[in-house]
Amino acid sequence: MALGLEHYLILAAVLFSIGLYGVLTRRNVVVILMCLELMLNAVNLTLVAFSRYVVPALLTGQVFAIFVMLVAAAEVSVGLAIILAIYRGTETVDTEKFNLLKW
Amino acid sequence: MGLTIAFWAFGTVALLSALGVVLLRNVFRAALSLVLCFLCIAGLYVTLSADFLAAAQILVYVGAISVLIILAVMMTRNVPQGSPGNRLKIPALLVAAVFLGVMAVAMIYTPWQVAATAPAAPTTAPLAGRLFGDRGFVLAVEIGAVLILSAVIGAIAIAREK
Repeated sequence: MALGLEHYLILAAVLFSIGLYGVLTRRNVVVILMCLELMLNAVNLTLVAFSRYVVPALLTGQVFAIFVMLVAAAEVSVGLAIILAIYRGTETVDTEKFNLLKW
Repeated sequence: MGLTIAFWAFGTVALLSALGVVLLRNVFRAALSLVLCFLCIAGLYVTLSADFLAAAQILVYVGAISVLIILAVMMTRNVPQGSPGNRLKIPALLVAAVFLGVMAVAMIYTPWQVAATAPAAPTTAPLAGRLFGDRGFVLAVEIGAVLILSAVIGAIAIAREK
């Protein structure tokens, strides 16, 4: 079977599901952030595959993927800063021990 | 033929390294596995003839984001237990599997209108035209620049010592 759009879509869906499973099950917050990056990459792969196969002349999918990358970079820098700030106060990165908002 | 081989090779390694990110106990090894996954996705972009995005993927993800993540892993180093799971293993597996099944069925049975034209070979100049040219995305690019700047300033303000 020749390589087609569906191959890339299924691969991206599997990558996204792996990332989703990781976000739901891991307790280390740094690993959760890594799984989030995995999910964003899977979505980017979908966008680029659509751009290649559906609108090869317009490149809109690739433009959108660039903006997703930009927002992902901003998200990971702020997220890691928050993790470091919490770690400095509580000496843990375990999500089950983060209860700062409980009273 | 070469594209098919490249797709299967990069796809297999990407899936295995993604599983490594989720399943490895050692956080540092999981971060290195994530870097391998990013590299394979850059290779998949090349098979999709998205050369500029492949370079941007390597620069942004493999170069910058993975360094940030490894730095965070090292700064939270004296956490002993590594990457444990929580009690939600079975429900999370169920949710991920159901999601994957729905997506796969939707993707396989949708009649996609695949265009017959060949993609543009070097995409850098057409992408620049789309981003900055007439009826392009200049406003979004400028907003993105402001977003990155505010994220950097915010990260410094949050993370620095009091």
